[in-house]
Amino acid sequence: MLLELEARKEPSRSMLYLTPVIAVLLTMVFGAVIFTLLGYNGLAAVREIFITPAIDIGRWPDLGIKAAPLILIATGLSIGFRANVWNIGAEGQYIFGALAGTGVALLTWDMEGVWILPLMCLAGIVGGMLYAAIPALLKIKLEVNEILSSLMMTYVAVQLLYYLMRGPWMDPEGFNFPQTRLFSDSQLMPEIGDTFVHIGVPLAFIIALIAWFTMSKTVFGFQVRVVGAAPHAARYGGFNKNRTVLLSMLAGGGLAGLAGVFEAAGPFGQMVPQFPTGYGFTAIIVAFLGRLHPIGIMLAGVILAISYVGGEIAQTTLGLPNAAAGLFQAMMLFFLLATDILVKYRLRFGSAAPGGAK
Amino acid sequence: MNTDVACRLELRSVTKAFPGVLANDQVSFKVGPGKIHALLGENGAGKSTLVKMIYGIMQPDAGEILLDGNVVHVPNPKAARAMGVGMVFQHFSLFEAMTVLENIALGLDENISHAELEKRIREVLTQYGLALEPHRIVSTLSVGERQRIEIVRALLLNPNLLIMDEPTSVLTPQEVAQLFETLRHLAANGCSILYISHKLHEIQALCDGASILRGGKIVGACDPKQESARSMAEMMIGGELMDVEKGPSRQLGGDRFVVNSLTVPGEGDFGVALDDINFSVREGEIFGIAGVAGNGQNELLLALSGEVKSEDSYTVQLDGKPLGKLGTTLRRYFGLCAVPEERNGHGAVPNFSLTDNAILTARNRKGMVNWGVINARKAETYADEIIQQFSVKTTGSTSTAGSLSGGNLQKFIMGREIMQTPEVLIVSQPTWGVDAGAAAAIHQELVNLAGRGSAIVVISQDLDELLAICDRMAVINEGKMSKTLNVAEATIDEIGLLMGGVHGDPNSTTEMTEAAHVA
Repeated sequence: MLLELEARKEPSRSMLYLTPVIAVLLTMVFGAVIFTLLGYNGLAAVREIFITPAIDIGRWPDLGIKAAPLILIATGLSIGFRANVWNIGAEGQYIFGALAGTGVALLTWDMEGVWILPLMCLAGIVGGMLYAAIPALLKIKLEVNEILSSLMMTYVAVQLLYYLMRGPWMDPEGFNFPQTRLFSDSQLMPEIGDTFVHIGVPLAFIIALIAWFTMSKTVFGFQVRVVGAAPHAARYGGFNKNRTVLLSMLAGGGLAGLAGVFEAAGPFGQMVPQFPTGYGFTAIIVAFLGRLHPIGIMLAGVILAISYVGGEIAQTTLGLPNAAAGLFQAMMLFFLLATDILVKYRLRFGSAAPGGAK
Repeated sequence: MNTDVACRLELRSVTKAFPGVLANDQVSFKVGPGKIHALLGENGAGKSTLVKMIYGIMQPDAGEILLDGNVVHVPNPKAARAMGVGMVFQHFSLFEAMTVLENIALGLDENISHAELEKRIREVLTQYGLALEPHRIVSTLSVGERQRIEIVRALLLNPNLLIMDEPTSVLTPQEVAQLFETLRHLAANGCSILYISHKLHEIQALCDGASILRGGKIVGACDPKQESARSMAEMMIGGELMDVEKGPSRQLGGDRFVVNSLTVPGEGDFGVALDDINFSVREGEIFGIAGVAGNGQNELLLALSGEVKSEDSYTVQLDGKPLGKLGTTLRRYFGLCAVPEERNGHGAVPNFSLTDNAILTARNRKGMVNWGVINARKAETYADEIIQQFSVKTTGSTSTAGSLSGGNLQKFIMGREIMQTPEVLIVSQPTWGVDAGAAAAIHQELVNLAGRGSAIVVISQDLDELLAICDRMAVINEGKMSKTLNVAEATIDEIGLLMGGVHGDPNSTTEMTEAAHVA
């Protein structure tokens, strides 16, 4: 029997929505097999990583807190990806934005007022945008590949963070620990009710909804999609490619920077060298798993948050290595890319055409 | 063995199906030795699929292919060449930066030294009276010369059967005449030729027999010399041919669209620079621009549509308004719309819906945008109107542009621009790859638009098309525009000479002779 790929006349819409689900299911199956072969209880590992966090209401606030930065960053990245701009350096923009916000916090540490936090957020957005503008301008002016430049810029941001923590921004009363002062009440993200969920979580979902409206209903969203899909048609339709590249890159950087401030002024409450946790990279998986669609990204953000929280649970209950969650996340992207072929092709079981058989 | 006179090529009930279409349905015909046989049909009739099977690029699902009376299985083009079948494709596969000799050497199955190859090439060239210098770099050659490389490549193998796929679509009338000489010479030496085309007068001039293909089936055979072009066209489209009504009542007004000393530098190594282009189009007039492909037509379209802006505002004027420095959006606002040659990826986004493709160029003129927000319902209504009025065959406005056939997508794109009632419409190759029925409909729409007072510029390689619908025309050659001719008085010979680059201007002729001396 032969398994053939046959081109579809139109890309399948149902497969477009189905393949992320298939990818997650395949990840569970292969994850269970791999961890069983490694000598762990594979089924339990999958249960702890994917099921336990989702059904335990006590874990939900934690899921929201983990999902928020992923959704924010992925929403920004998806705008660039749609325009065929491959910003891989969201992690750097996230750090740089957080540093910009921290800078405002350190300048205002002895002040009070409701204006301080919004100013930090604004600084974060601008910081992220500026940091993303570097690879964007390099691409536009000198045709430097943004995949490489934005990725390398990430490591520059990390080094800048280490320098500031150990030098100019070190807490003068912190016993020489490499970290900043604790943020004051005016500088911290308010928490909702008596949960420890900060307001950045609902804001992330609201921003994703705004992004959905912008991408699907406005001329700007149309422009981004046309530039990504057919640059010549975009020029014919009256859209400037370079401007679109810059704007979509700034959108990605700005949202990553905002996510950085939310994180610094939220769960961390100060700036520390351990601040970069890879959200900027995981958000790439979230963006693709969510089909570059803001609504899909919300769902994908929650799924990846589940894998983070589940990974921590599995570390304590099953003694799985720390890398397990990362392995599962990477498998999800791998299977998604692999099954994506089903969108444009269908599988056909059967014999080859009679004329071709020998 | 076969007792009757063996045919060089015989097809018996050859059938090939693709998902959703039967490309060839029980196709049978014969070609005798030394005969030139035409395979005639509209785009999508299945001609290309059929010859791809003979040349081994595809395999038939059913049926037999016979060469010299023997049933053969042709697994790949290499095997086809070994059996004495050669093919010259419509689109050349040549490396621009290499010499003629190097290009031919790359395409050979056997390994022979350059000196030996050059000797054999020169033999073929003298035998068939072909002019071609083996050491020239391909990028410096004309399209006709490039085609000769492909022909020499095929002739080096001493083929018994030569397949020519739409060979004249890129040639000037003079080059066509030269090609026909070569083909007749070949046939006289016993080589059979399978000639694929939809140009009827060429088939009449050249071919001994013709098989007519429609919808994948052979619908008739004829002796082209006994038929009129019209009767063959009607067999080809399976219906009565529609004549374009030029509309005798059409009034030509004053100058509506003026192009004034338009000069644009060429892009990249192989781009063509536009050199001091001047012409004007009157209200209600259709102005044609002829020329062999690659002489600046694309650059001209981009400069007129606004995709490439000019340094000087007054190079492009609409009703006296200077548009030269404006981009496409503003030019459309002032009433200048354009249709580029390439449909997929330029005139339309293949994986966008027809509705989204309507938004691409009609969003402002059709009021689909309020405060930056797109009114999707208006866009959909407009797309539906285009589909209905231009009878675009599709499942609806949500289908992707890429799922439409070339002709249907062209109808949609033309409809999208024409229904915006532009004051000036620039169209490049309006019926390129479009079947005769759709082409006639598109021509009629252009004539009707002109009848409503628009000025229309048609850039085309198809002389018949320009002669049928244009009032005046000019020829573009190496980025320069010839003098303007009145279509009613122009002769094919005159136009052909202009296409080949002889400008009736004494200076340029001397330049050419000098160049010939240097060479």
